[in-house]
Amino acid sequence: MSVVHVEQLQKSFGSFVALKSIDLTVNKGEVFGFIGPNGAGKSVTIRTLLGIIRASSGQAHIFGKDVWTDAVDIHRRLAYVPGDVHLWPNLTGGEVIDLFGKLRGSIDRSKKEEMIERFSLDPKKKCRTYSKGNRQKVALVAAFSSNAELYILDEPTSGLDPLMEQVFQQCVQEIKDQGKSVLLSSHILSEVEKLCDRIGIIREGEIIETGTLKEMRHLTRIQMTVQADQSLTMLKNVPGIHDLANTDGQWTFQADNENLDEIIRFLAPLGVKKLESKPPALEDLFMRHYENQTRMDNSNV
Amino acid sequence: MFKNTKTLSAFMFKRDRFLIPIWVIGLVFFSLIVPPTFDEMFTTEQEREAIAETMSNPAMTALVGQGDMDNYTIGAMTAHQMLLLTAVVVGLMSILLMNRHIRTDEEAGRTEMLRALPVGRLATITAAFINVSLVNVLIALLVGFGLYTLNIESMGLEGSLLYGMVLGGTGIAFAGVATVCMQFFENSGGAIGSSIAMLFAFYILRAIGDVNYELLSSLSPLGWVMQSEVFTGNHWWPVLALIITGVCFMVLGGLLSARRDLGSGLLRATPGKTEASNYLLSPFGLAIRLQRTSIFFWALGLFILALSYGSVFGDLEAFFEGNDMLQQMLVGDHAQSIAEQFLPMILMVISILATVPPMMNVHRLYIEEKKNRVEHLLSRAVSRPQILLSYVTIATLNGLILLSLSAIGMWSAISIVMDDPLSLSTLYQATMVYYPAMLLMVGLSTVVIGLTPKLKIVLWLYLLYAFIVLYLGNLLDLPDWMGYLTPFGHVPKIPIEEISVLPLLVISGLSLLLFIIGFIGYRKRDIEG
Repeated sequence: MSVVHVEQLQKSFGSFVALKSIDLTVNKGEVFGFIGPNGAGKSVTIRTLLGIIRASSGQAHIFGKDVWTDAVDIHRRLAYVPGDVHLWPNLTGGEVIDLFGKLRGSIDRSKKEEMIERFSLDPKKKCRTYSKGNRQKVALVAAFSSNAELYILDEPTSGLDPLMEQVFQQCVQEIKDQGKSVLLSSHILSEVEKLCDRIGIIREGEIIETGTLKEMRHLTRIQMTVQADQSLTMLKNVPGIHDLANTDGQWTFQADNENLDEIIRFLAPLGVKKLESKPPALEDLFMRHYENQTRMDNSNV
Repeated sequence: MFKNTKTLSAFMFKRDRFLIPIWVIGLVFFSLIVPPTFDEMFTTEQEREAIAETMSNPAMTALVGQGDMDNYTIGAMTAHQMLLLTAVVVGLMSILLMNRHIRTDEEAGRTEMLRALPVGRLATITAAFINVSLVNVLIALLVGFGLYTLNIESMGLEGSLLYGMVLGGTGIAFAGVATVCMQFFENSGGAIGSSIAMLFAFYILRAIGDVNYELLSSLSPLGWVMQSEVFTGNHWWPVLALIITGVCFMVLGGLLSARRDLGSGLLRATPGKTEASNYLLSPFGLAIRLQRTSIFFWALGLFILALSYGSVFGDLEAFFEGNDMLQQMLVGDHAQSIAEQFLPMILMVISILATVPPMMNVHRLYIEEKKNRVEHLLSRAVSRPQILLSYVTIATLNGLILLSLSAIGMWSAISIVMDDPLSLSTLYQATMVYYPAMLLMVGLSTVVIGLTPKLKIVLWLYLLYAFIVLYLGNLLDLPDWMGYLTPFGHVPKIPIEEISVLPLLVISGLSLLLFIIGFIGYRKRDIEG
């Protein structure tokens, strides 16, 4: 069952087209990763989903309701954390958390205190004295102490330290275990890899790829480093090898997933002393998209 | 300790290259525009004596200080009515400029980057003080020589220069006061607040002193301002005293500054509330919380203004007698008493001023939007009309309260100074007839915020237009229709005119229509940020 359903969403500001065509679905109990470079349209999409700005055309529904006309109804069951949290300088963090809780519905005291504890936030301080990370914690505490069914998180960890990032990941895991849904926008790719069931990649206002990480493996390569008794020059003739290079006897190359078996067989008799492989990262996936794009552009020229 | 002060000083000037000229030009212009107006309005000694008579009452003394009432030349008049208030503004400028370079930069983390370079620990504070002092010297010279070139008989070179120097000295004194105040608080809000509180305290101390107990005035730098007796006695010691005060405070501020950590205050910030009170927990509660300070100070300011306007009603007859120019400004025929003719004009001025805060209340919503804080509400179970309604409600209630306070303030003063005072009900009615016009301006603000917030400057110009046309219309012989272009021009002038309900109903109806348009627009548009 889909919680968020977006079809051919378009948004332009004057003559500037921010979203060309966005299609995406977030299912119940799923963590959906929404990734893309800065300015690709992540935040515009999210602000449209929240009914803060109005789509130029296309459909967007949350819980089966229209995001513009039924915004208030939807928001009772949703929690949102913006990427850049701006707060009122003369209110304390505690006051803001209570305000946010009350505006959504009600305040769950024990849950709130638990979250303040877990994110180690000092709620007595005025918001003007908070760092970016601390302001983000205020928004996260407010979100995670709510009893929402859908969490929309727009680059929520960009100001957090690694320790807090871990707490954040635990919190996401917990709400996922409760069967709730999450739309997580990010460009911290390791985080998306760890948390997300499915991923949508957005670029210049368009979703260019959606699917599970597994389904996207065809786009990714394994980074390998090998040290061997014999020279690996011949490796370049093996299919699925890219960017073969030798520095001080260390050979590095990238391998396509589907050719892995052949490559290992080729390496086996060469007296391998050291073999390191890094799993495919979403970074590569990005790179590949850009490579493809440039190649296509070049061939068009 | 002071390394690179010079470089920093130059850098600060560069950053302030637009801000400083605005302050300087504004202050100089303001200082030079008034004396010629006085010179034109009060040509004979008789007229000047009349105004001296009018100004000699405790409320005025508390407001602008003591003057040389026996020898009320144009120079004495300028020094009496203008010098203190201008000095307060110069003090305010110094405080804001100092804070901008010391605490605001510190809070934003910019000072930290500078401090990581080979820059002395006291370089920032010294550079800021030097710059602000130079700005004040510039103001002193421009005002001083400027006044002299106006070529007004009673304003000689010495007096003119002293006038400028007193202004500059006040600026330097409060730049020093600000450096000390700034050391105590952890944030720039506390720093500005405490500095302005000091300015206000010195002002009050002098007000009490001037009215009752001379010695108190001598304890306040703002008291010294008036004790310089510019254009009459021409005493120079206050200038010296002001500058010494500034430098002493600056040294003290520097000593304190060296003792505290960057980004902290000498006073530990008291922890705030862990939990929100119930009043805060709604869009309306939040909107009040965000604006309560400014609402309070506007109310206080208007009340004081109404009091001081009211206090001149005692000697009105003498004031207007024989001054054609002033009489021309009156609206009624001569069957009514001067007080009754004078009242509608004063109330018009007050009501236009009282319209500023309600308009600001509505515009505040756009400030919240620009700062990305409206989305916190909209992404929760809060509808757009609910948010806009909170701000509009505050505006309409605030307007009602401000007009009431103005009426009460005027009446309190009038009932003391007049032998045969106007009744409170007359005054209240005469003030409240402006409420529909005020609502119309609030309605226009709602439309602008609801549809195209970028146009809000137009509304302020419209209000300014209303003020100029209605206040000076009779004097400048402007045609009546120019006044009718503003809602305030249609308000019946009680007590000289009968109260006519029709225009008030039409204006109210129009306001309602504007509110509706604004709400519809706000439901449809994108929220910026």
